[in-house]
Amino acid sequence: MKTFELGGVHPAENKISENKAIEVLPIPKQVQIPVAQNLGAPSVPIVNKGDEVKVGQLIAKGEAFISSNVHSSVSGKVLKIDNVNDQSGYKKPAIFINVAGDEWEENIDRSDTLIKDITASKDEIIKKVHKLGIVGLGGAAFPSHVKLMVPKGKKAEALIINGVECEPYLTADHRVMLEKADELLVGTKILMKALGVEKGFIGIENNKPDAIEHLSKLSKEYKGIEVYPLKVKYPQGGEKQLIKALTNREVPSGKLPIEVGCVVQNVGTALAVYEAVQKNKPLFERVVTITGKAVKNPSNFLVRIGTPISELIEASGGTPDKTSKIVGGGPMMGKALVTPDAPIVKGSSGVLLFDEKESKRVEEKACIRCAGCIKVCPMGLEPVLISQLTKLEMYEEAEKNNIMDCIECGSCQYTCPSGKPLLDYIRLGKFKVGQIIRNRGKK
Amino acid sequence: MNDVVIFAVISLAGIGLAAAIILYFVAQKFKVIEDPKIDEVEEALPAANCGGCGYPGCRNFAEASVKKANKDKNIEGLYCPVGGNEIMSKVASILGLEVEAQEPMVAVLRCSGTKKNAPKKVEYNGPMTCAFAHNLYQGESACPYGCLWLGDCVEACNFDAMYMDEETGLPVIIEDNCVACGACVEACPRDIIELRNVGKKSKRIFVSCVNEEKGGVARKNCKVACIGCGKCFQVCKFDAITIENNLAYIDYEKCKLCRKCVEVCPTNAIHELNFPPRKVKPVENKKPDEIEKTEIKQQV
Amino acid sequence: MNLLTVSGSPHIHEDNSVKKVMYGVVYALIPAMLVSVYFFGFDAVRVLLISVAACLLFEWLIQKYLIKGPATINDGSALITGILLAFNVPSNLPIWIIIVGAFVAIGIAKMSFGGLGKNPFNPALVGRVFLLISFPVQMTSWPVPKPLFSSVVTDAITGPTPLGILKDGLRDGEKISDIMTQIPSYLQQLVGDIGGSLGEVSAIALLIGGLYLLLRKIITWQIPVAYLGSVIIFTGILWLANPEQFVNPLFHLITGGLMLGVFFMATDMVSSPMSSKGQIIFGLGCGIITVVIRIWGAYPEGVSFAILIMNALTPLLNNSFKPKRFGEIVKIDHK
Repeated sequence: MKTFELGGVHPAENKISENKAIEVLPIPKQVQIPVAQNLGAPSVPIVNKGDEVKVGQLIAKGEAFISSNVHSSVSGKVLKIDNVNDQSGYKKPAIFINVAGDEWEENIDRSDTLIKDITASKDEIIKKVHKLGIVGLGGAAFPSHVKLMVPKGKKAEALIINGVECEPYLTADHRVMLEKADELLVGTKILMKALGVEKGFIGIENNKPDAIEHLSKLSKEYKGIEVYPLKVKYPQGGEKQLIKALTNREVPSGKLPIEVGCVVQNVGTALAVYEAVQKNKPLFERVVTITGKAVKNPSNFLVRIGTPISELIEASGGTPDKTSKIVGGGPMMGKALVTPDAPIVKGSSGVLLFDEKESKRVEEKACIRCAGCIKVCPMGLEPVLISQLTKLEMYEEAEKNNIMDCIECGSCQYTCPSGKPLLDYIRLGKFKVGQIIRNRGKK
Repeated sequence: MNDVVIFAVISLAGIGLAAAIILYFVAQKFKVIEDPKIDEVEEALPAANCGGCGYPGCRNFAEASVKKANKDKNIEGLYCPVGGNEIMSKVASILGLEVEAQEPMVAVLRCSGTKKNAPKKVEYNGPMTCAFAHNLYQGESACPYGCLWLGDCVEACNFDAMYMDEETGLPVIIEDNCVACGACVEACPRDIIELRNVGKKSKRIFVSCVNEEKGGVARKNCKVACIGCGKCFQVCKFDAITIENNLAYIDYEKCKLCRKCVEVCPTNAIHELNFPPRKVKPVENKKPDEIEKTEIKQQV
Repeated sequence: MNLLTVSGSPHIHEDNSVKKVMYGVVYALIPAMLVSVYFFGFDAVRVLLISVAACLLFEWLIQKYLIKGPATINDGSALITGILLAFNVPSNLPIWIIIVGAFVAIGIAKMSFGGLGKNPFNPALVGRVFLLISFPVQMTSWPVPKPLFSSVVTDAITGPTPLGILKDGLRDGEKISDIMTQIPSYLQQLVGDIGGSLGEVSAIALLIGGLYLLLRKIITWQIPVAYLGSVIIFTGILWLANPEQFVNPLFHLITGGLMLGVFFMATDMVSSPMSSKGQIIFGLGCGIITVVIRIWGAYPEGVSFAILIMNALTPLLNNSFKPKRFGEIVKIDHK
């Protein structure tokens, strides 16, 4: 079975909600849609206080190349454009909309019929993906159209659809693969057309045999798409690790996947692309997993962007007693929330509720130089060294030891027997080294 | 026997002599011509190598001052905050110049978000460094501008001029030890610490808050936040106070230390330091509802 | 609901801790411990207890009064040092010498560098080598095994180890085939029915412990394989060249402290290199130095010196042999 070569860990999977079909979460009374939801430049609001908006209406425009449009996820009246606490508690501008009814833009096709024929041309596809605000739904929220525009001198050879979902707990992608398989496959064909490639690989971790079977069966009707089961190993779903597993190519340090002829998109993104290109539907809702060992009703919800996370928690049976950590995203790479009132954004893949015991870190002890972190690092780095260099503020040394290659997967800190905050310091080091590199560029 | 001794002495002396001659010529050939004044200046400096002057160490500062003195015939812009005016005039006299005395500075903490004034909203569980915590989230007190209580500034201080107060969570500046090198200002990711002039008899008035949020939001997280109400601005006769982004700032060069602003501040965000106790006790500790009223007014 | 906790990712942690790692090593040492108690009787228990107690005491005292940090004696590392030190001395060693050894091991080799994780050399080995150089007579008069339940009532008969017999024999110009007749059989050596330090006698028991460590992934294969491999190859070449002058590799493998060194001391996490490449070089170096000392050196046994010498090279190995990086070599097969 295919997998990547270096490092990797195997955390307990805890896919509690994997058998729960996707449910539509009721529309909340008010949504707060942050204007900056993607990597790159923030978008600029184009509606004003008091404006009436419909579902799918453009409300903030991304003007820079790496930016993305934001559309209203509800119909109603714009209450205000004000700051909202994001997941880390910092204020971010957002558009507050009071919900009234559920009136969609007319040009959105709301039927369930599958449209297999791809009539749009390559350029039309990219234009639509850009216009309708599609971003990577795996977590980083990188604008998708940028990935589809292959730079001059490079050639895309294969499209890779990431259905790995290697993060424990999360099941949103799993459900999408089971319930929206045809749409997903058409979406994959659309992406292949946009890139001009003949091959499309779908990589799925082997702990989802039902999804592998289902997609393998259906994919026979779609020329060029192949489904590959992958070994269960974290971070199998890391872009570079996935490419290595499926094509045995290594993305060179500091380069993008296109360097080795690959483009990676998440299954959720492929679905969003299908909906955008074939049905004119902008990205304003996504599947979010809400789970946790004490959660009464762990579920996969189809959620409108801008819905407060607290609504999700309510719908899953309320906050269990003793909850003392709420994680937005997966347990390995997600962010601990400062407040449950933060809104769901395009990059939110899950919400986890942890009790007291699960929330606290293990006590920090002296490093015993067991080299466990080095053995599990999927990028072949020395986490213990680069985190120590950051602690000593030796950023130039850290840069020489390739701190910028770190993908922040957290395997080192997960495995460290001494409970060292390795990734915390590496992240700080990356931030500082990034500053140094940018300053160097200015001179 | 004697022959051996004599031979040893002569051969050793010979080797020594030959080596000395080689060394002499090598030293001549590779001589680095350096202004002796650099050494003199360095000698005069405090040798703290704190970097407060903007140079990595005292030697570099000495080199820079000699270079500037030779080129421009002045050493404007170069100042050793640790040594102060005394050392700077010494340096100037070595270089045959004169310098104007600069006003001494001291670090001031512009946050009163103690654990009592700004109670914990979340629990932080991570490495005890402000630099990381600042990147991660808004802080335990939920004030995205306030002190993170983790003490990077104390770590950065080379002069034992700071310590963390366990009870309040805030750092405390020991004014007598502070040399205004600016290391803490650099270390603080939230720019809470400011270098201000020491002032007459060390008297200082400043706004102890850097929160730029709207009054209501700021006050929700911290009892003593500046709400940008503008009362101090109105009462100041010397145009020393400016209000920008819901935050008052007192220009220490214009402030005449009249203390009017301290009296009118509804949230006690303006602090006075080293003043004698007031003769007539002002109406301190306003009733809570009174504060609420001002706040509501300002929000409208 | 409680106050929400905020921390950076990852939010889950493997069920793993320093204590678990250390006690894993202690469990792995139990077979050898039982064998030593069987063959050396009450003496073995005495040496073990005193060594462990002294190590724990010194660690506690230094941590409390000199380092002034939180207590570290229950993390198990001082326990391992105590057991290993006891394993490295003869069973009839006087109590005070054991205590001196424990002091050197914990006080000088470990705590003076700052405690767990900071010592450049393996503490137990430093203790042993210190004792070997300071008290050569006491440290090299090994009692002949007198099994726990045997009826032999001989008191404190001492004799040399197989390696000692070999070295003396070769010095006197005897041939290997003649010397081998004076040495206990391979079976006796495997089980541990030979003279020697407490824990090193039974190759089988140590091997079991070593395999346990490998299975639990506390140690990795690189150091043991490289160490054993280089010993086998080096002695094998010599043996093939001249079997009358050099003894066969099997003898080298099962006698002396090699098994103990290979599985428990060379693999000490703190003082061995971190990357796989570095660990292989480390193992090779240990093996070669061990053989060189055994065959040409003044001491009959060279494991402890070999490991200490390679410990000194560990920082260098860490700097020179970096792990294989992802994306370092671009290999594209266009298929």
